[in-house]
Amino acid sequence: MPAVSKGDGMRGLAVFISDIRNCKSKEAEIKRINKELANIRSKFKGDKALDGYSKKKYVCKLLFIFLLGHDIDFGHMEAVNLLSSNKYTEKQIGYLFISVLVNSNSELIRLISNAIKNDLASRNPIFINLALHCIANVGSREMAEALAAEVPRLLIAADTMDSVKQSAALCLLRLYRTSPDVIPVGDWTSRVIHLLNDQHMGVVTAATSLITALAQKNPDEYKGSVSLAVSRLSRIVTSSYTDLQDYTYYFVPAPWLSVKLLRLLQCYPPPEDPAVRGRLSECLENILNKAQEPPKSKKVQHSNAKNAVLFEAINLIIHHDSEPNLLVRACNQLGQFLQHRETNLRYLALESMCLLASSEFSHEAVKKHQETVINALKTERDVSVRQRAVDLLYAMCDRSNAQEIVSEMLNYLETADYSIREEMVLKVAILAEKYAVDYTWYVDTILNLIRLAGDYVSEEVWYRVIQIVINREDVQGYAAKTVFEALQAPACHENMVKVGGYILGEFGNLIAGDPRSSPLVQFNLLHSKFHLCSVATRALLLSTYIKFINLFPEVKVTIQDVLRSDNQLRNADAELQQRAVEYLRLSTVASTDVLATVLEEMPPFPERESSILTKLKRKKGSVSVDVDDGRRTGSVELNGAATQDSLANKASAVSTPSPSASADLLGLGAPGIGILGHSEGPVGNVGTGGASLLVDVFSDMAAAAASSSPQIVGTPPEDNFMKFVCKNNGVLFENNLLQIGVKSEFRQNLGRVCLFYGNKTSVQFQAFTPSVSFSQELQSQLSVQTKPVEPTIDGGAQVQQLVNVECLLDFVESPMLNLQFRYGGAVQNLVMRLPVMLNKFFQVSEMSGQDFFARWKQLSSPQQEAQNIFKATQSMDEEVNKAKLLGFGMALLEGVDPNPENFVGAGIVQSKLVQVGCLLRLEPNAQAQMYRLTLRTSKEVVSKHLS
Amino acid sequence: IRFMLLFSRQGCIRLQKWFVAAGERERRETRRELLTTVLARGPRSSSCLQWRDLSIIYKRYASLYFCCAIEEGDNELLTLELIHRYVELLDQYFGCVCELDIIFNFEKAYFILDELLLGGEVQETSKRVVLCAVEEADDLQVETDVTRRVLQDLGFASA
Repeated sequence: MPAVSKGDGMRGLAVFISDIRNCKSKEAEIKRINKELANIRSKFKGDKALDGYSKKKYVCKLLFIFLLGHDIDFGHMEAVNLLSSNKYTEKQIGYLFISVLVNSNSELIRLISNAIKNDLASRNPIFINLALHCIANVGSREMAEALAAEVPRLLIAADTMDSVKQSAALCLLRLYRTSPDVIPVGDWTSRVIHLLNDQHMGVVTAATSLITALAQKNPDEYKGSVSLAVSRLSRIVTSSYTDLQDYTYYFVPAPWLSVKLLRLLQCYPPPEDPAVRGRLSECLENILNKAQEPPKSKKVQHSNAKNAVLFEAINLIIHHDSEPNLLVRACNQLGQFLQHRETNLRYLALESMCLLASSEFSHEAVKKHQETVINALKTERDVSVRQRAVDLLYAMCDRSNAQEIVSEMLNYLETADYSIREEMVLKVAILAEKYAVDYTWYVDTILNLIRLAGDYVSEEVWYRVIQIVINREDVQGYAAKTVFEALQAPACHENMVKVGGYILGEFGNLIAGDPRSSPLVQFNLLHSKFHLCSVATRALLLSTYIKFINLFPEVKVTIQDVLRSDNQLRNADAELQQRAVEYLRLSTVASTDVLATVLEEMPPFPERESSILTKLKRKKGSVSVDVDDGRRTGSVELNGAATQDSLANKASAVSTPSPSASADLLGLGAPGIGILGHSEGPVGNVGTGGASLLVDVFSDMAAAAASSSPQIVGTPPEDNFMKFVCKNNGVLFENNLLQIGVKSEFRQNLGRVCLFYGNKTSVQFQAFTPSVSFSQELQSQLSVQTKPVEPTIDGGAQVQQLVNVECLLDFVESPMLNLQFRYGGAVQNLVMRLPVMLNKFFQVSEMSGQDFFARWKQLSSPQQEAQNIFKATQSMDEEVNKAKLLGFGMALLEGVDPNPENFVGAGIVQSKLVQVGCLLRLEPNAQAQMYRLTLRTSKEVVSKHLS
Repeated sequence: IRFMLLFSRQGCIRLQKWFVAAGERERRETRRELLTTVLARGPRSSSCLQWRDLSIIYKRYASLYFCCAIEEGDNELLTLELIHRYVELLDQYFGCVCELDIIFNFEKAYFILDELLLGGEVQETSKRVVLCAVEEADDLQVETDVTRRVLQDLGFASA
């Protein structure tokens, strides 16, 4: 055991930690931990009241166990108790436990806000700080609501200690970030701004962060901070490093504050007041000058801190983008860093230069470093640095250097790291298109791209090259020739075959005059690749073949023979078979004129933005791409294109039927049955379900709704939850104020629920906050994302909210929708179940009677079956029942059950992690007006729950 | 700063501080990904790397990696120095800090961090002020501990 340092009294904890460290194996460790957990649990549960010290010690042990990566599900109450201890250390551990373990949405927050309030009101600044730290660490909405008044008061009160002010400022910042609407910003604007003048540097540092966040959202209110920030900055920059004592870091005066002030200034355009503006320019020049001075220390900390300020100053210069002189100086400075021996500086210089490249003043200056950057691409050892170099090359590229940059990028692509290849391919494709003067160069580049990195060439890229070739007549012959040559390679990438197939199909005639690329040669070349390709590519090639029949009557017979072969006509793949049959028929039945009309050359695509660009943006969070486009919008004129959809449509339009639908259906059927058969083994039993969905539908709707009816304040509403078991759209809730409509869609394990909130009154609803909550258990089973909505709804207006749901595991309860809004003066609260139930994630599965009963028998253990006999409340109409079962989501299997009155259905619950097969049998008894419903599934809960 | 992680060469997490709300599942995923990414990097690599939409800044001190995630626009080099300042604080507090100090006194490591950083923003950069705050707290603790020991010796309290 190491020497325990100052003032540490928890010997028990130290012993426990060394025990854990002495454990030889993972198993031993877990055993030791379980022993300790049992011990703590019994201590907490025991009759003897624990003293504060023991509580603290055990809570601390729990914390340690949690930090080792184990789950802790008790001890929260003990930690909360510690908060109200009057001993500092106990309080401190209590707070630590809360801030590490408590999620921001936990129930416990309500319990602790009292303790926090007490501490905030304490006279002891250390206690106040503990409370503030806790608020900032947890920082939830509930906290913000409970404490919105207290924290600002501490910040601006005249008698608050400096350390408390600092914590209060940052605490407020955290609350403001989580719930800006709760914090009353307007009341203390000028007091907060004037904190920039505070004598205590720590207070200014903390306040600057707060002001920056506030200024981003309310620039006008905080405009006054600009001049204060400039003068504060100027005082720091001109001070010598001895002036600021503790706040000098390795001879750099107050680097953190300087950087924060520079960040604050980036919220605003250059100052209008010439005096302030002049002063700021002086500061910036001063910072640039200091970078040239010899270092005051050899320590890396000194240069890092100094350069951190320099980089931030450069960011501000780029943001202002108004002083060419400063921009060029910044660029030269970064140029020096490009060859610095510190890897970090090279990395950061490349990153900053990307921004400089987008300014018209410094674009040319950046281009001077092209050589160095290309060199970096070749020689840097660290992939993240090379990545930055690629970004910069992309940003500095323009018409004058495009050819060189693109060829360097292609060179690098051959050896590039796999992690960045796809992005590079997209970038090369975009640059080649954007700056192509000569389209033969463009075609060469893209074909090279496919050759060098075919696996990383996404659909967008090869769609795009085809779009461009079709739209530009002058390059069609060249494209056909080049792609024909490229296909000669013994091993060429499938993407090349796709491009080749398409282009030769359209423009093969342009090179057919040359005996080396006669129609037959072209066809044989393509067909030699046919058997190595995937189904999609083969389908494309079949379309090429029928186009060949139209273009070159002389190869008609050869191609017809190919289409007629068993490989095609009896292909196992429905799509290929269909194409072969139809094309063969088309070629024999249709006259040359008809054929020529059907297979006419593709019309040009409408001009659109390149889908590649969209893809890159999606991939990258899009920093560099956006910047780049903003600058040169004039030259971004792309060369004509269509979206991938339209291209895909065109491709399949050649074959008359819609192939995708049939393919999908087959896709559903086959694997579905497999899953039903296999899933029962591994999937175990889980607890029992709550509500019984189907029974409710068939029997008593109202009763079911009442038994689990949500608690609602206000006028009695109508809860229509049960109606949604069998349908997806409708009115979920209605009272005299509000109507909530639902439209939902489910596919596999994903669902999208659109909620429409209609205000039925003529008065605006305020603070309208819908939120979705669910139980602990449901959290692991369902993931729900809600789009935020406007906090107000005008009288008579409707707003909609989108909720995306993903089913992770089978589940029982439904998520709850909580609504809160102000109508007139009164706050309205509504709680209701969201119509998301397990059966929504059913996928129908068709099967024969034999299959059905085979599976039915497999699922014969009692846990897998759930049965319910219940009385009919409505007339037992066959059609209605059928519709309900279909709405329930299962496939109805006709002619399976020997008794024609019975209904039989099958479906699979699709969740992200497991799939659960379900079989259903509903036997109506018309005489007794009863139903018997039997469900067998591979998972016990599911049976119980659904029935 | 979004979060801070301390982990050892062997991949054991020693300290984790999250400044944004995130589910445990997401955190676990983040930890796993970052551990593998950072530990795989060579000694002369840059201290910054792009990870999803965040920049990761890390530095190795002896067997411990200190790793911070910052948002776009935050200052990378200064974050690096913030890590250094934290190490200095630990060093001064424990007197030549080693990994074991952080393991056995993890709660102290958290308290010191809380003084330096609050809600993901720099709170106090003066070494003196931070250490004063922490030691003031320790003094309070020592007082209570002295009484405890006396009680323990008399057999009134458990160890």
